[in-house]
Amino acid sequence: MTTKPSLFAQYRGGARFRLRMEPRMKQPGWLGLIVSLGAVTFALVLGGIVLMLVGGDPFRAYAFMAKAAFGDIGVFSDTLVKATPLILVSLAAVVAFRMRLWNIGAEGQFYLGAFGASLVVLTPILPPETSPWLMIPAMMIMGMLAGALWGFIPGYLKAKYNVNEIISTLMMNYIAVAWNNYFIFDVWSEGGFQMSRQFPKTAWLPRLTDYSAQVPMFRGLTIHLGFVIALIAAGVVWWIMYRSRWGYEIRLIGDNPRAARYAGINIVRNTILVMMLSGALAGLGGMLEISGVVHRLQGAISSGYGFTGIIIAWLAKLNPILVVPISILFGGLLLAGREIQPSGIPMLIQGIILVCLIGSDFLLRNRIRLVQIGQEA
Amino acid sequence: MSRSMALRLAVLLTLLALALTACGGEEAPEVVGGFEIPAVEEGKFNIAMVLIGPHDDGGWSQAHFEGLEYVAENVPDVHIAYIENVPEGADSEQIFRSLSRKGFDLIFGTSFGYMDPMEVLAEEFPDVTYIHISGIKSNMTNFGNLFGAMENMKYMAGMLAGARAQMDGNPKLGYMATFPIPEEIRLGNAIALGMRETCPECTLDVRWINTWHDPIIEKEAAASLFDAGAQVVFTGADTPAVADVAQEKGKWGVTYDWYGSCKIDACLTAPYWVWGPVYAEIAEGVIAGTYTPGWDYFDGDTGALGLYGFMEGEELQPGVAELPEDVIQAVRDLVADTLVGDFTRFDVFSGPIYDNQGNLIVPEGKALEQVDLDAFPEFGLGCEYCMKWWAEGITAELPE
Repeated sequence: MTTKPSLFAQYRGGARFRLRMEPRMKQPGWLGLIVSLGAVTFALVLGGIVLMLVGGDPFRAYAFMAKAAFGDIGVFSDTLVKATPLILVSLAAVVAFRMRLWNIGAEGQFYLGAFGASLVVLTPILPPETSPWLMIPAMMIMGMLAGALWGFIPGYLKAKYNVNEIISTLMMNYIAVAWNNYFIFDVWSEGGFQMSRQFPKTAWLPRLTDYSAQVPMFRGLTIHLGFVIALIAAGVVWWIMYRSRWGYEIRLIGDNPRAARYAGINIVRNTILVMMLSGALAGLGGMLEISGVVHRLQGAISSGYGFTGIIIAWLAKLNPILVVPISILFGGLLLAGREIQPSGIPMLIQGIILVCLIGSDFLLRNRIRLVQIGQEA
Repeated sequence: MSRSMALRLAVLLTLLALALTACGGEEAPEVVGGFEIPAVEEGKFNIAMVLIGPHDDGGWSQAHFEGLEYVAENVPDVHIAYIENVPEGADSEQIFRSLSRKGFDLIFGTSFGYMDPMEVLAEEFPDVTYIHISGIKSNMTNFGNLFGAMENMKYMAGMLAGARAQMDGNPKLGYMATFPIPEEIRLGNAIALGMRETCPECTLDVRWINTWHDPIIEKEAAASLFDAGAQVVFTGADTPAVADVAQEKGKWGVTYDWYGSCKIDACLTAPYWVWGPVYAEIAEGVIAGTYTPGWDYFDGDTGALGLYGFMEGEELQPGVAELPEDVIQAVRDLVADTLVGDFTRFDVFSGPIYDNQGNLIVPEGKALEQVDLDAFPEFGLGCEYCMKWWAEGITAELPE
C-alpha cells in the first residue's frame, strides 16, 4: 500500500504553518470589549449576507435600522423605553453570574415583579386616590419583594440542597407566567378580557409626554421615570459589586469559591442573598414596565426580556455600567428590527449576534497563533 | 495569527460596520428584495396594518392582509405596508407610534389588545385615522371600531354541522373557543342556534384554548373534543388545525377566517371574512373626508362575509354535498338573503331563545340589540339581554 503525500506536503519548498490554540494566561481588560465588538461586527456581516441572500440590500437595511432606532429624538425616546426593562434584567443577570450563579429566571422574576406591583393597585392595598409619592414607591417595593421571593426559592434550594439553579429558575419562569395568567384570566379579568383594568393615573410613572402642555417639544416622548430609576439601579449595583464588602465577597466566591470558603465567607448566605438581589432587580424591571408603559397587568408584558438580559450581561462582560449602553443598543436593535417584514429576518440577525458573542468568548479564553510546523515547541 | 493582527482585524471590522450604517443613503426603501420595511410614499395615501400573527397564517391575519392588498389594487394612489407578529402587550404601542411618526394616514390594528395603544395614539396624532378591529372603544373622531356579523355565517355553519352529525348518527358537536369574551360567546351561541335548527337533539361541547394563534394548542384542543365524542368541531382560533385533526380522526372540522382554510375533504365549511371591500370603502371615505370613525358593525350585505362552498364560484365540500337537499337549499336561501340584507345578525338572535339552564333569555317577538351582542352586564353599557349566557344545547358552563 502506497501512502499518498498529503496536499500540504507537496509544497515542500515553503514553510508550512498551522493554527494552534493555547489558553490565555491572562486577559487584558480591553480585550473583552474588542472581541465583543468584533463578534457583533462579524454577526452584522453574516446578517448582511443573509439579507443579501433573501434579495435585500444590507447597507440600506442597516441604515434603516440605525435610523429607526436612533434617527431622531422621538424614536430615541422609544429606544430608551425599550432599554429600561433590559437594563434591569441584565443587572439581575450580572449580580448572579458574577458569583457564578446561573439565574436563568429573570423572565419569571420580571413577571412576578409586575404581579407584586399590581397587588398594590388591584387588591387594592392602596386606594386609587393615593398620592403617587406613596403609590409608586409602594409598587416598587412590592415588585422588588415579589421578584426577590422568586429568587429566594431557587437560591435557598441551591444553598441548602445544592439543587441546580439553572433548572429551577428556568422552570419557575413558566410558573410565574401561569401565575400571572391565573390573575388576568380570572381574579382581575376585566369583563372576560385577559387583562386587568387600567391602573389609576396615580400608579403611572411620569413620562415626558405628560408635560407636553407646558413643554410642547415633549409631545409623544414616552420615556418615563423608570429609565432614571434603571440608571440609578446600575449605579447602585456597581457600588455594591466594586465598593462594598459584600460585592468583594460575591466576586471572590465567583472567582474562587474554595478560597472564599477558607477566607470564612458564608457561601450559603451569599447564595440566597444574591439570588434575592437578582430577583429584586428583575422584579423592579417588571414593575417599571407595567407602571411606565402598559398601565395594567396583562399577558405578553415581556417579549423575552429576561432572556435578552442574559445576552446583554454577557456582552457587557458582567460590568453593571456597560450594561446601560449595551441595553440601549439592544433596545434599538429590537425596536428597529420589529419593523422589517417578514418578522423572521430580524430575529435571525439577533440570533446570529448571540451565537457570535458566545463563540467569541472562546477567543477571550484562548489565543490562536499561526505556528510554523517543525518549529512548535 | 498574532494578537496584534487579531486586534487589527477587529478594528477593521468595526470600521466596516460603521461604514455600513453610514453610507446607506437617505431614504429607506419600502420594499427591499425579499423583505420589506414600512415607509410612506410621498404623494400617496399611506395605509399601514398591524397584525397579531404572520401575514400568511392561513386564517385571521391572512384574511386581513389580503383585504389590505385589495385596497392597494382597487383604491387609486394608495400605498400599503404591514407589520406582522406584533404581541399585544410589550411591543404594540411603540409599533403604532413608529408608524404614526412615519406619516401613515390610516392605520388598521387587527387584534383586540391593540385597543388601548391605538386610543392613546389617536389623541397624540389627530391627523391619523386609526381603525381597530374587534374592540369596544372609539373616540368618534379619528379612532374607530370595526367588526362584522360573523354570527350569521356561524349560524349557517351550525345548521350544516348539525345536519351532518345527525346523518352520521352521532349528534355531538364541539367548539374550541379562544377567550371568554362576548365575541366568542356570541359566535358559540350562533353555532348552537343553527345546529338546533337542523338537529334538535344535537349538543355542543366547548373548550377554552386561551389563544388566538397557536397551531399546537389548537391541534390538541381539537383532538380532545374529538376524543370526547364530537362528530364535528368548530374553531374560533386562527389556523386550520381543526380540519387536519378531523382528517386524522375520520371526523369533520369547520375552519374559520380565511376562504383558503377549507381545502381538505374533512373540512365541512368555513365562515370567512372578505375584508377588502370594507377596507376599501373606509379608505375611500377617509381620503374623501366622509368617513367618521365610530362603531362600525357591518352585515352580510357588504359582501364582507362568506360561507365556504356557498359563495359565487365555490363548490360544496364533499361532506356538505352529501347532506339532505332541503338543508343545503335552506342554507343557500339564507346566504342569498344575507347578501341582500334580508337576513342579519338580529334575525339570528331573535326570540324565543332559551339558555342551557332552561331560562327564557329572549321572548318571542323580541330580538337582541347591538349592545347585547357586544357586552357583558358588568361593562355598564346598558344591555338588556347581554351576551353572558350559553344557548340551549351547549353542554358547558360559562367560566366565572
